[in-house]
Amino acid sequence: MRLLRFLLLLLVARPLAVLMTGADVIGRERLPLKGPAIIAANHASHVDTLLMLAVFPSRAVSKLRPAAAADYFLKDPVIGWFSRHVIGIVPVARSKAGRRAAEGEDVLAPARAALAAGEIVLVFPEGTRGDGAGDAMGQLKGGVARLAEAFPDAPVIPVWIQGAGRVLPKGASVPVPLNCAVLVGEPVAWTGKRTSFMDALREAMLALKAQAPPLRWSEDEAEAP
Amino acid sequence: MDVFGDWVGRAQAFLAAKPPALLAGLAGVVILLGVASAIAAVLPLLKPGKSFEELRLRIASWWGMVALLAGALLLGWQATTAVFAFISFLALREFLSLAVRRREDRPAILAAYGCLIAAYGFIVADRYMFYIVFIPVWVFLGLPALMALIGQTRGYLASAATFHWGLVTCVYNLGVVAFLMRVPDSEPLPAGAAGLVFFLLLATEFNDVAQYCWGKLVGRHKILPKVSPNKTWEGFIGGWITTAALIWFLGPVFTPLKGTGLALVAFVLPVAGFAGDVTMSAIKRDIGVKDTSHAIPGHGGVLDRADSLTFTAPLYFHLLALFGLQKF
Repeated sequence: MRLLRFLLLLLVARPLAVLMTGADVIGRERLPLKGPAIIAANHASHVDTLLMLAVFPSRAVSKLRPAAAADYFLKDPVIGWFSRHVIGIVPVARSKAGRRAAEGEDVLAPARAALAAGEIVLVFPEGTRGDGAGDAMGQLKGGVARLAEAFPDAPVIPVWIQGAGRVLPKGASVPVPLNCAVLVGEPVAWTGKRTSFMDALREAMLALKAQAPPLRWSEDEAEAP
Repeated sequence: MDVFGDWVGRAQAFLAAKPPALLAGLAGVVILLGVASAIAAVLPLLKPGKSFEELRLRIASWWGMVALLAGALLLGWQATTAVFAFISFLALREFLSLAVRRREDRPAILAAYGCLIAAYGFIVADRYMFYIVFIPVWVFLGLPALMALIGQTRGYLASAATFHWGLVTCVYNLGVVAFLMRVPDSEPLPAGAAGLVFFLLLATEFNDVAQYCWGKLVGRHKILPKVSPNKTWEGFIGGWITTAALIWFLGPVFTPLKGTGLALVAFVLPVAGFAGDVTMSAIKRDIGVKDTSHAIPGHGGVLDRADSLTFTAPLYFHLLALFGLQKF
């Protein structure tokens, strides 16, 4: 299964990402090659996950585990099997999060387990894809801070993905090939407090966004910092 | 051992069937690149402390591009058409990604890729009369009509013009390179159809490198400081003379050109290369980027490398059609 995943990522995901987006990476050398490590990226499109799986160096891609909403990706048995075994998601029980947390159940347990096993967890702290009305960054959810608190020595690498929302915006079914850029930043250190850590992460992601090439629609220009 | 010998024999037979001038030309490029690699390897020893990483990347990418294009030219028109269709696609994707800014034009972008496939389809089908009118007339009319149907009129004219500029430079003008491969062997070609393409690529890229080197060595007076601040009169004129000499002396080895036709190509092609370079620079400056992407390490995007070719290719094609070829 691991070998099949590796081959699919290398021989299908990577050429597909290059064809659809060009898969440009700025700061590739800053991508972590071993776990535990956390990657925090903005989320505009399903293309984001494909891009991250495609730009990772092949010797580390087997360790990359995108965190994804269990209610969305595991509801259908076929998509669920594909999500678990090919994309390699760690499920996050999103919709029932409030209730389950009240019952004392840890929705981040699968992500913690993956980090404990030395894997690299990819999180989209916005929680969901942007609504397609622009490429502004939404509110960041605090789950990534809880993971960083649990693994204070794991580097948290901020990533800004520019342009994926144009290739396949939320709600669109036909992808259109357009260049995207993946900007990888310096790791954000655990500050000891969740709020200050989230501020630092947010700032790091927005700083990367400011450096991104203008691969955006003109009406989204005003939102650029 | 037998299997190995068999493959060597086949490779020898494959190469023996190719025009000797083409093989000599390709060997010359490999030797030039080998010399450049050797210099790049020695430079860090002579000037320690200075980084030559960019130069090393640049030359490594040249090896990749030469291997891809040489392989395609040796394999024939099918492989060359496939490679140029892919180059056109990468260049067009880079251009549309940066230049088209209206969200409503997303379906028109998809249609533009459809036009690319159709244009290269005419090359595969060897229908020249269809090819020459398809983008300049039918796409020129059809794509803006599609955009009118979408219904967003704000910024409409600028966007329609942007699509046309991109399709003509990236698809129509680069496509003629692949079309040159369809010139039949019945015409008096000294190095086959592949020799025609090889010589265009050689002259264009040699001109780029010669202008750069002359500019680096003796450049003093800026030629277009607002558009391309690194370009100088010395680089432009030095590159012009060097490339014109290369075309004059090597042209008859690879093309049927001679006399007036050859002199015209030698005189105008270096200027066209310069014009393509600065035109794309003006577009990049307008958009606010230095490179169109990072697709080719050390060079930037595909369009950064192919900018001069989008101008030299149609010029060379039409002068060949006028002075040296029966087919077009």
